[in-house]
Amino acid sequence: MQVPAPFEYERATSVEEALKLLAELGADARLLAGGYSLLPMMKLRLATPKWIVDIDPLAAELGYVEEDGDAIRIGAMTTHRDLLESELLAGRAPIFRDAEREIADPVVRNRGTIGGALCQADPSEDLSAVCTALGAEIVVRSLAGERVLHMEDFYRGPYQTAVADDEMAVEIRVPLHDRSSSAYEKINRRVGDWAVAAAGAALTIEDGVIADAGIALVAVGSEVASTAAREALLGREPAEALFEEAAAAGAAACTPITDQRGTAAYKRHAVGVLAARALGRAAERLALEVA
Amino acid sequence: MQVTVNVNGRDHTREVEPRTLLVHFLRDDLGLTGTHWGCDTSNCGACVVLMDGEPAKSCTVLAATAAGHEIRTVEGLEVDGVLDPVQQGFTEEHGLQCGFCTAGMMLTARALLDSVPDPTSLTDAEIRDAISGQICRCTGYATIVRSIRWAAEHPKEEQPA
Ligand SMILES: Cc1cc2nc3c(=O)[nH]c(=O)nc-3n(C[C@H](O)[C@H](O)[C@H](O)COP(=O)(O)OP(=O)(O)OC[C@H]3O[C@@H](n4cnc5c(N)ncnc54)[C@H](O)[C@@H]3O)c2cc1C
Ligand code: FES
Ligand code: FES
Repeated sequence: MQVPAPFEYERATSVEEALKLLAELGADARLLAGGYSLLPMMKLRLATPKWIVDIDPLAAELGYVEEDGDAIRIGAMTTHRDLLESELLAGRAPIFRDAEREIADPVVRNRGTIGGALCQADPSEDLSAVCTALGAEIVVRSLAGERVLHMEDFYRGPYQTAVADDEMAVEIRVPLHDRSSSAYEKINRRVGDWAVAAAGAALTIEDGVIADAGIALVAVGSEVASTAAREALLGREPAEALFEEAAAAGAAACTPITDQRGTAAYKRHAVGVLAARALGRAAERLALEVA
Repeated sequence: MQVTVNVNGRDHTREVEPRTLLVHFLRDDLGLTGTHWGCDTSNCGACVVLMDGEPAKSCTVLAATAAGHEIRTVEGLEVDGVLDPVQQGFTEEHGLQCGFCTAGMMLTARALLDSVPDPTSLTDAEIRDAISGQICRCTGYATIVRSIRWAAEHPKEEQPA
């Protein structure tokens, strides 16, 4: 029987209360959202917080997906299931539904949250890749006020984020453009498993050329954002050959390791194929004529 | 700490350690051993219970967290001696062999049937997707899918008011 090491428990019934508790308890405290990452880690003693601040009661306050001008705002406690079922996201940022179909299983998706997923910052984690590809911003709050962090500044490498001990993530903001679309491709061995490799792509087209692009490569090293792939795309006309070239550049630059999910060479190959497919599908969704 | 958890419509108050997991609270503190626990790593789904009507892995929920929710376990499926159609379906269609996965499977089935206006319209693919987070080592799933379909086709008779 695996149980976490002993800890003290507090329950926050508002964001304000959670922030007060974090300010008081400092580095000894950890927030508990859906628990599907933190509790398994605590059972294995990979995490041994002295205090747990349970934010389960914030599910309603921080559970929303809303369009707001040129962005979609997503509350940090929004569950995988709500992301999967959101018609707004399926229409404007379809990469979310693509990824959510493959994240964990329906039972985990009922309670696992986007805030928990991003703050876990596992390099195999699918929503970090989705938010990286989309160039999302994370709103982080403490008693002192709010900071808005671009995904690039938020994600500090495996299991590390820019969120300080007295802060919590409250909202994710996904920028919207009229001529944008996105897609996600993942290979896993069975339902509910982490990616062997995966790739997310977002494209913005203006005047027939790629005005902006985001490529995220998953489970192939500590860098999720692929600068090499992005640079290969910017300013050029969308074409299948270009997508393959950019995907190959990304695959060449990533740093996979051999483990029980596959060899480094296989993952490098797979992630290149997936990135090219994701770009192709994003373009298709924009109804682009791709040569 | 003291927690009060509503299980199958009744409040239960117990003194527990904060680290007590819901599955152990149900089994050891309340004696409701119908909920099983298997992998301990959040993978197998043997421990699935309903939290406010939705399946959750009770090995990955603190009893303290559950205090804010209504919990339903396999013991809560039968009402006044009448089996839930899902339980009948598992009997009719041989939905179990060893029974280890069965409580979780039946609760997920109940939630699935409750989530759609017309359960007979559910496809096999949708049923399989709903139980995809739960492992059965015995049946090969085919009879579980048939059992859930049986329940979909034999809804609970409405009690006269
Ligand atoms: C069987 C299984 C399969 C899975 N498969 C996949 C998969 O294929 N792909 C995938 O991407 N994920 C997968 N996951 C992980 C799942 O998506 C988790 O739900 C998610 O990673 C964590 O969300 P949570 O709400 O459960 O977070 P928790 O476990 O509650 O928290 C995770 C971490 O984030 C911190 N935290 C939580 N919320 C906040 C906040 N608002 N602000 C600051 N810090 C916060 C916590 O303190 C903790 O350190 C799987 C999990 C399981 C159990
Ligand atoms: S015991 Fe809970 S998922 Fe296996
Ligand atoms: S009946 Fe034995 S595990 Fe399912």
